[in-house]
Amino acid sequence: MKSYDIVVIGGGPAGLSAAIKAKENGCDNVVILERDARLGGILNQCIHHGFGLQTFGKELTGPYYAQMYIDKIKEFDIEYKLNSMVFDIQDEYIYYLSPTDGLSKTKYKAVIFAMGCRERTRENLTIPGNRCSGVYTAGTAQYLLNIEGYLPGKEVVILGSGDIGLIMARRLTLEGAHVKAVYEIMEHPGGLNRNIVQCLDDYNIPLYLSHTITKINGNGRISSVEIAKVDSSRNVIEGTNEVVECDTLLLSVGLLPEIELMKKIGVIFDKRTGGPIINSEMQTNINNIFACGNVAYVHDLVDIVSYDGEVAGKNAAEFIKRKNINKYYIKNIPGDNILVSIPQIISNNKTTIRFRVKKFIHKGKIVIRNNDEIVLEKNIKNYSSSEMHSIDFITNKSMKEIIIQVIENE
Amino acid sequence: MNKQLICIVCPRGCHLEAQIDKDNIIVNGNNCVRGMSYAIEEINNPKRNIASTIAVRNGKYKVVSVATTKPIAKSKIFEVMEIIKKLEAIAPVKAGQVVLENIDEDGTNLVITRNMEALYE
Repeated sequence: MKSYDIVVIGGGPAGLSAAIKAKENGCDNVVILERDARLGGILNQCIHHGFGLQTFGKELTGPYYAQMYIDKIKEFDIEYKLNSMVFDIQDEYIYYLSPTDGLSKTKYKAVIFAMGCRERTRENLTIPGNRCSGVYTAGTAQYLLNIEGYLPGKEVVILGSGDIGLIMARRLTLEGAHVKAVYEIMEHPGGLNRNIVQCLDDYNIPLYLSHTITKINGNGRISSVEIAKVDSSRNVIEGTNEVVECDTLLLSVGLLPEIELMKKIGVIFDKRTGGPIINSEMQTNINNIFACGNVAYVHDLVDIVSYDGEVAGKNAAEFIKRKNINKYYIKNIPGDNILVSIPQIISNNKTTIRFRVKKFIHKGKIVIRNNDEIVLEKNIKNYSSSEMHSIDFITNKSMKEIIIQVIENE
Repeated sequence: MNKQLICIVCPRGCHLEAQIDKDNIIVNGNNCVRGMSYAIEEINNPKRNIASTIAVRNGKYKVVSVATTKPIAKSKIFEVMEIIKKLEAIAPVKAGQVVLENIDEDGTNLVITRNMEALYE
């Protein structure tokens, strides 16, 4: 039975950069446990351009970005096991199932969780109607198309205007499907502006804001959806029902960090992010357990995923060498207009706080308070609620908790 | 004449305004120089990068991802897709490998964007 110093669970962009950085920081005994048949994670199916602008100075396709890191894994001779599913963690052992090792367990000194997210499903939303085929989450449709080579359907309706839904609207159109419409429950699109342009406008695909799907109809295969307009509280407006015929429904309605394993060992979570409470070192409440990438919080850009992975890898390696990796324990509390703020615990001199705002802020300012004293103030313009923003924060010894808020100008 | 555009060059998606005269286009609202070039090109000759997949023979998977090496004219998108749909590669393939040169008759190549091993050597 093997024993690894650092076990990285997940070989997507987060796990790859974490393992590389751990090795670069002196930890030779690292392993990546990946459940899929190859490394790369979700990037394998994100065949479109848009990755790596911050990291490499140009926009690469998902698989190309992943390949840059996979090449480094091979160059550094970092061990990894494919088709290896971790299914339990307890008493300082990780249990996994793999074709080469069978049912196995390994001891560890530190774990880096990098399992990414799952997609919210029709069942999570409890959309009533028939249980018919042809209903997919956008990511599943993307997998079927880009990895398996199947066209999921021909007359497509998409619920949710997050980036995954928008990207799939374009992808399906390029492959000859007819994407009839994208319905978004909020009053504003969920994804980036650029994707509205290059995925919807370019192909004349209509986007209906403040709309939702109230029913799915189909005998065997989906044959139509019922849509309705909603008010600003997201309640259905009577009399706005319409039936839209389709043979495929894609759901792009949110990502959920895959935290099942973490629950088994007593990690504490943040209800707002859905992921674990982490500090500036990507450490959870358990000091030898780290988390990075989408499993920690939902990211917009893979460059930040890689950056966070590096932080986790470096600090896990330092931790094992018994180095002191934290300086402080300062609670980072989301205040007015802040949806999420990460890391939830600021533990170092200089931390980049990443946050999302609850609504579009045309003109305003970020205010960070320590007790009642304002320690940081910054004017901002045009902050979208669909993207993560960031601000660098310098701490001092006197701080115990800070409140970050965004105040809108009158 | 004024035209409102959203820049698609990077995730920022700056709101641009282009003032179009007989000979000139003046761009406002860009936060970097690439936004300016984007607006001018979008008005005169809009272009897009295309990513898709092609069939692979003897590969670990049935399809492999491909992409254009530079943006192609928007008007040629579906014409280029028709060409892409007929292409095929034989594994093993490497990221960067050219599948078809000059796919748009304007110097754009189609390349494979990942490594893929052969199923049988």
